[in-house]
Amino acid sequence: MKEHLYNYILGIADNSLILGQRMGELCGHGPSLETDIACTNISLDLFGQVRSYFQYAAKLAGDGRTEDDIAMLRKEREYVNVLLAEQPNTNFAYTIGRQFLFDIYHLLYLTELQKSKDLTLSAIAKKCIKEVSYHVRFSSDWVKRLGDGTEESKQKMQEAVDDLWVYTDELFHQTEADKVMITEEVGVDVTKLKEEYYTRVSEILEEAGLNIPESKWFQKGGKQGIHTEHLGYLLADLQYMQRTYPNMEW
Amino acid sequence: MSEEQIMSLEKYFEERIARDEKIEPKDWMPEKYRQTHIRQMSQHAHSEVVGMLPEGNWITRAPSLRRKVALLAKVQDEAGHGLYLYSATETLGVSREELYEQLHTGKAKYSSIFNYPTLTWADIGAIGWLVDGAAIINQVPLCNTSYGPYARAMIRVCKEESFHQRQGYEIMIKLANGTPEQKEMAQDALNRWWWPSLMMLGPTDDKSVHTEQSMKWKLKRKTNDELRQQFIDQTVPQADLIGLKIPDPDLKWNEERGSYDFGGIDWDEFWQVVKGHGPMNKERMKARVGAWERGAWVRDAAMAYAEKKEKRKQAV
Ligand SMILES: [Fe+2]
Ligand SMILES: [Fe+2]
Ligand SMILES: [Fe+2]
Repeated sequence: MKEHLYNYILGIADNSLILGQRMGELCGHGPSLETDIACTNISLDLFGQVRSYFQYAAKLAGDGRTEDDIAMLRKEREYVNVLLAEQPNTNFAYTIGRQFLFDIYHLLYLTELQKSKDLTLSAIAKKCIKEVSYHVRFSSDWVKRLGDGTEESKQKMQEAVDDLWVYTDELFHQTEADKVMITEEVGVDVTKLKEEYYTRVSEILEEAGLNIPESKWFQKGGKQGIHTEHLGYLLADLQYMQRTYPNMEW
Repeated sequence: MSEEQIMSLEKYFEERIARDEKIEPKDWMPEKYRQTHIRQMSQHAHSEVVGMLPEGNWITRAPSLRRKVALLAKVQDEAGHGLYLYSATETLGVSREELYEQLHTGKAKYSSIFNYPTLTWADIGAIGWLVDGAAIINQVPLCNTSYGPYARAMIRVCKEESFHQRQGYEIMIKLANGTPEQKEMAQDALNRWWWPSLMMLGPTDDKSVHTEQSMKWKLKRKTNDELRQQFIDQTVPQADLIGLKIPDPDLKWNEERGSYDFGGIDWDEFWQVVKGHGPMNKERMKARVGAWERGAWVRDAAMAYAEKKEKRKQAV
């Protein structure tokens, strides 16, 4: 098996998986029917992407595991999503903040992944980029609305951005799989996206009248499978059926 | 307007409906027609939105990625149905805020079926198969109803509901052909959802208050009892086909009628749930009211932002 490529795919797909799961929690509980539809739609897009990635990973693994086994039957320490993706829906500002801080990265990342020498990955990137451009528009617009809305919304949006900011740096950390895949011109060098990322994020935050957090202290670990306490509960839901009723088809 | 003028307007109005013409928002209509439509259409919209809750309950726990994607798409469709039904209701001169207010204060009703809990994954299959199935039977005749915006909304809604129904049945097929545990899960879901689904088609004809007027306005084309019979006749063979048993010992094919005879429905339970005392009435309302209240600052922000933006545009 091409182990590095397999691990590399998990690194991309787990972000969509965990963020999609978070967005899926909100269905019917959001501030308006329109935002419910949008959040469900984002979740749907992300899970669609997850399926493409894990179907490919399952093929590479070639050991009979399916997309669902890979998505739902790993141990907590084997999930390699960034910490940002697993942060909870504390309130709508956190939901939007998390989405926004991820979307800007996601779009930059996929734009590069399109050039991958791995044709399956570049094809998936091309397909996803349309969806993710829409996600960027949705979350940026809401950052502006909340930042430049009322005093209360400004304060809530600022608090969310401040809290989530510590998870942004991890997006640009290279893993072992990254390094190998970059030399093979399959993977994206995320360190090169960092400057553009903070420029774009800062532009939107400024337009929204929000402060750009100055903290130089960041959290990391997700890419090595060391998560926040939130992930275990999320996985308990995600894996519930597969764990309770093993080896069945649905 | 004199009484005579109103009488002739009403006569002309009823003639238009009898000729199968559509009534449009700007047309004159009797006040009772407007009120009846606001009530029925908003009740339908509320049902779509409250219906998102029991199904949304299984999004994070769906057993496979394929099922999760399909369930997300379904719940998103239901939200979309809510949206265009609210919009269609608004053409009658009532605002969405007023309609929500009616829902949240318990003044407006929604389909009672959503006051039952979704306990296992098979409930998601049973809801698609039975609840969307019963909804289609209720709604297909509404594609020809007299009020234009409602009829047009229903055409779109019904297409998606039949997709949901097939998808739900497909979940049940898979379970029924699965392991003994899966089959048991499917049978248990059918046992719990069968009778509430029959109740969904409304009280028996002798207890139904609105039927006659509704028939004239094409809000109804068949009586509740006729619709219920149609639902049973359609669904029993589907259960047979996958080896599930309808939980009704009195269910029997009646050669003479060309229909199934079926056992008595527990109407006390029906009225208990309708009056707000079903297993999940309080939770459903708490969820809706809670979402609305927690979201107030978000909606206020969006409004304030839109106003600022408009002002800035005018200043340029
Ligand atoms: Fe419906
Ligand atoms: Fe619907
Ligand atoms: Fe439906």
